[in-house]
Amino acid sequence: MADTVAATARALHSPRRRGLAWHARRNPSMALGLVILALVIIATALASRLTHYDPIAIDALARLKPPSAAHLLGTDMVGRDLWSRTIHGGRISLLIGIIVALLTTSIGLLIGLISGYSRAADAVLMRIMDGLMSIPAILLAIAFMAFMPASILTVVLAISIVEIPRVVRLVRGVVLSIREQAYVEAAVVSGSRVGRILIRHILPNTLAPLSVQATYVCAAAILFESLLSFLGAGTPPEVPSWGNIMAEGRTYFVLAPWIILAPGFMLSLTVLAINLLGDSLRDLLDPRFARRL
Amino acid sequence: MWTLIIRRMLATIPVLATVAVIVFAILHVAPGDPAAVIAGDQATPQQILDIRTKLGLDLPFRDQFVLWLTNTLHGNFGISIFSNQPVGHLILQRLQPTIALTIATTIVTVALAVPIGVFAAWRAGSWIDRMLMSFAVLGFSFPVFVVGYILIYLFAVELKFLPIQGYRPLESGFWPFLRHLVLPSLALGMSFMALIARITRASVLEVLSQDHIRTARAKGLSVRQLLFDHALPNAAVPIVTIIGAGVAILLGGVVVTESVFAIPGLGRLVVDAILQRDYPVIQAVLLIFSVTYVFVNLAIDLIYVVVDPRIRY
Repeated sequence: MADTVAATARALHSPRRRGLAWHARRNPSMALGLVILALVIIATALASRLTHYDPIAIDALARLKPPSAAHLLGTDMVGRDLWSRTIHGGRISLLIGIIVALLTTSIGLLIGLISGYSRAADAVLMRIMDGLMSIPAILLAIAFMAFMPASILTVVLAISIVEIPRVVRLVRGVVLSIREQAYVEAAVVSGSRVGRILIRHILPNTLAPLSVQATYVCAAAILFESLLSFLGAGTPPEVPSWGNIMAEGRTYFVLAPWIILAPGFMLSLTVLAINLLGDSLRDLLDPRFARRL
Repeated sequence: MWTLIIRRMLATIPVLATVAVIVFAILHVAPGDPAAVIAGDQATPQQILDIRTKLGLDLPFRDQFVLWLTNTLHGNFGISIFSNQPVGHLILQRLQPTIALTIATTIVTVALAVPIGVFAAWRAGSWIDRMLMSFAVLGFSFPVFVVGYILIYLFAVELKFLPIQGYRPLESGFWPFLRHLVLPSLALGMSFMALIARITRASVLEVLSQDHIRTARAKGLSVRQLLFDHALPNAAVPIVTIIGAGVAILLGGVVVTESVFAIPGLGRLVVDAILQRDYPVIQAVLLIFSVTYVFVNLAIDLIYVVVDPRIRY
C-alpha cells in the first residue's frame, strides 16, 4: 500500500522520460513496426551468416526452382538463390533510405530556415519548391537519372531532389508560426542576432516534426530506389538491390513469380514498418500529448 | 467571388513558368556536353554534332530556352531523336490508354474508399474499423508494382479470371477494354484508396460529433440518410483536397503501372524515352503531366470557392 502511494507520488512528480520499451508495450502498431524493422535489419546485416549461398553465384542446374528446403525462396533464371539475394539486396536499399533521410532533412532544414525568415529569399525559394512539387515525383527522379551516370550517388541525389521540397515546406511552416511568438519578439527586442534567434529559439521547435518527416522520407526513399531500379533507371543493374531483382524477374513472372514476390514482400514489409514507426512517433510528439512524454 | 477566381488562376502562372524552366534545365544539370550525353557512349563525333544542331544545343542557353518555349506554346514539341517522328504525334497515339487508366482508377478508388471511410467512421473504435484502417496502412505501404504483381498472380495466373497484361482499345469492344483495366486500376488505386479512406473516416468522424447530426438523429433519420446526406457533404472539403493531391500520386503511379501491365500509354512512352535518352519526348511528357497536375489542383480550388461560400483566400 505504502509502496503504491510512493510510486504514484513519484510518477506524478517526476517528469521522467519513458523508454522505448514502455511506449512499445502500450502501442501495438509501434511494437509491430519495431519488430519487423529489427528483423529486416538483422537479416540484412548478418546476410552472409544466414545463408551459405553467394548472392551472385550462378548455378545452371538450379534454374527457376520454386521455394524448397534447399532454396528457401527459390532460385532465379540463372540459378541464384533468392533468399540470399533478397537479404543481401536489403543492404543497399536500407543504406539509401538512411542516407537520403539524413541528407534531405539537413538540406531541407537549412533552406526552410532561410525561407521562413527572409521574405526576399522566400519568394524565390518557394517558387522553385512549388515547381519541383508540381512534377510527379517518379517522373522527376527518372528524368534526372536519365542524364546522369548511373551510380548509387546519382540515385541518392535524384531521390533527394524530389523529397527536399516537402521538408522545406514543413520547416518553413514551423518557422512562420514560431516567429510570431512573443518570446521570439522578446529576443528580437533584446537585441539577439538573427542567427542566434534561428538556432536558439526556432531550430529546436522544428526538430520534432522533422524527425517524424525523416522516417517518412526514409520509407519513401527505399520505395523510390526500388521503383527506379525496377524501371531500369536506378542502381546499376549488377547490384542486387530489391528493385533490380524484381526487374530481372519480370520476363519470368508467370513461370517463377517468387523472383518478384520475395523481394517485393521484403520491400513492402520494410516500408510498412517504417511507416508504422513514423505514425507512432508522430502521435508521441504531437504537442497535445506532450505531457505524456 | 470573381476576383478570387481570377487571382487563383493568375497564381498558377509563376508555378507553370517554374515547371517549364525545371523541365528545360534537367538536361543541362548533367555534367559535360548534353549532346554527348544524349548520343550515348558509342556515338561517333558526327552523331553528336547532328544531335547538337537538331536540338539547337549550339545556341546560347537563353536562346535555346526561348526557342523551346515558343515552339512548345505553339504545340510543337519537336522531333523524337529515336523514332524521328513528331513528339506531338507520338503522344496522341499513347493518350487513350493513360486517360482510360486514370479515369478508371479514380472511379474505382472513390467508389470504394469513400463508403469504406464513412462506414469506418460510423463504427469508429470497433474491430471492423480497426481492421479497415489496418488495411489502409497496408495499402499505403505496398508499392504499386508489388500490389500489381500480387494481383496478377492471384487473379490472372492462379484463378485465370482476368488477362495477365496488355491493353485493348475502346474500339475493340467495351468488355475486353474493361477486363484489361480491372487489375491495373486496382493496383494503381490501392495507395490512393488507403489515403482517401483514412481522410474520409477522420473528417466524417469530426462532423458526426456536431450538433446538427444530433438533431438529425433525433428527428429519426435513417443511418444511411444521416451518414450520406448530412455527414458526408459537410465532410467533403478535406476529402476533395486529398483527391486533388492524390492526382500527383496517380500520375506518377501511371508510369509504373503501365510498365507492370504492359500498357502502351504515356508512362510507357516516357520510360522508354528515358532509357533511350530521347530528350524531346521526356520534356514533352514531363510537361504534360505537370501541367495536368497544376490544372487539376486549380480546378479543385475553384470548386471550393463555388461550393463552400466560407472559403476566402
